[in-house]
Amino acid sequence: MSQQATEAGTPVVRKTALNAVHRQHGAKMVDFNGWDMPVEYPAPAGLINEHLAVRNSVGIFDVSHMGDISLRGPEALRAVQHLCMNDASKLQIGQCQYSAMLYPQGTFVDDVIVHRLGEDHYLLVINAGTREKDFNWVYNNTRAFNCEVKNLSDDYTQIAIQGPNAIKVLQKLTDADLSQVKFYWLTHGTVCGLPNIMIARTGYTAEDGFEIYVPTDEATSAMVWNKVMEAGKEFGILPCGLGARNTLRLEGKLPLYGHEISDSINVWEAGLDRFCKMEKDDFIGQAALADAKEKGITRTLVCLEMIERGIGRDGYKIMDDSGKEIGYVTSGTYAPFLKKNIAIAYLPPELSAIDTIVNVQIRSQAVKAKVVPSPFYKKPKKSS
Amino acid sequence: MAFPNDRKYTKEDEWIKIEGTTGTIGITDYAQNALGDIVFVELPKVGTEIEAGKSFGTVESVKAVSDLFSPVTGTVAEINQELATAPEKVNSAAHDAWLIKVTLKDPAETDGLLSAEDYEQYVNERQ
Repeated sequence: MSQQATEAGTPVVRKTALNAVHRQHGAKMVDFNGWDMPVEYPAPAGLINEHLAVRNSVGIFDVSHMGDISLRGPEALRAVQHLCMNDASKLQIGQCQYSAMLYPQGTFVDDVIVHRLGEDHYLLVINAGTREKDFNWVYNNTRAFNCEVKNLSDDYTQIAIQGPNAIKVLQKLTDADLSQVKFYWLTHGTVCGLPNIMIARTGYTAEDGFEIYVPTDEATSAMVWNKVMEAGKEFGILPCGLGARNTLRLEGKLPLYGHEISDSINVWEAGLDRFCKMEKDDFIGQAALADAKEKGITRTLVCLEMIERGIGRDGYKIMDDSGKEIGYVTSGTYAPFLKKNIAIAYLPPELSAIDTIVNVQIRSQAVKAKVVPSPFYKKPKKSS
Repeated sequence: MAFPNDRKYTKEDEWIKIEGTTGTIGITDYAQNALGDIVFVELPKVGTEIEAGKSFGTVESVKAVSDLFSPVTGTVAEINQELATAPEKVNSAAHDAWLIKVTLKDPAETDGLLSAEDYEQYVNERQ
């Protein structure tokens, strides 16, 4: 990975090790939180085709911009338990869980996937936009624990292979028996000839899939990417950019930091109760959450479907029939698989029942939407 | 990329074909390619007065909303109804998939617009 040299004050544009590969593909590039990333690839790809490839078969994503923080030592678990709201003591070695780090007021520092790599060894995989903030947060809040905290964000090229055929594609390239790796578990194996590569059955697409963590030099990263593309050819694999990444996670109602969760939104409002274990020993934010639970919430996250013509997008206001502002859209888009215009939004709890109709302000017009069951999309259950 | 000679162009990547006092307006192939898959087109009602340089509607890709800027001043005479249910036609045939037809207030207004050659050069400058 490289950073461009910069004049004092000029923002640095960061690149993953696969940047040249994306550009060779002819990808449309965009600045995403300071990272030069592909938003979509040219025909036969393109946002919609990339999205459909993941739902129907398989797609490959460069997600190296995400961050990685390792906690290792006799008190690593205690540190993770103190930082994160879910119960990491439930994790066996090789098991992962969705969790979040909270501020003392019960709002979000970031959401994370906690991976248990060993007896006293945990890996937090975090968002690209919050790399530095998260690492500082973890470091500063674990001084009292006997464990070593390392920022490994620049140490991996992280590639996500997602979709119902992801397992078939990756199995061609590894000696690890992927059929033995359950969803939200990980293993290590030789991948593309590289030894001891971490393979996690995780992702951000609401589909089955894997994320692999390979060495970060450009040649190796490109080799792995190209081998996955080759192995995926018979399944119609497409390279997928951030555009499809967003529409896929939105269909699955997966939260995005800065939208559904943020430093001004608490766990109850975001509806992430099931990942928050209040019965645990003290974790940062717990006391505030207990208070907040007593007080009750004034807004709750819902799924909306536009029922009149228009796309309700991020930040658009929501009104009741009298024109009073009652909420806002956190994330909205045309959903390529569902072929509908959908939005995730905050609404008052009393207006969150299924079939409630609200008005989304789209430029100068009020356009009707209705509350629908969450999530919009769930991957089909496998018969075997 | 070549652009048809039978019309004029703007720096906002629109084209306009003049026939008498009627101007037919669309977006260029360069524009549709830059936008990506178009999923929604918002057009004004017939009878709306539109002004040169001002927005008369939007074309939306999955990711973004783009304003459509009128090359001319006049009254909307007809809108392309097909695009309400098949917005992707703008991607597949941008130079055929017209958006609106306008009765021009002043046909001479189009003299200042770009020729196909000038527009092609403008496209090349940006690539």
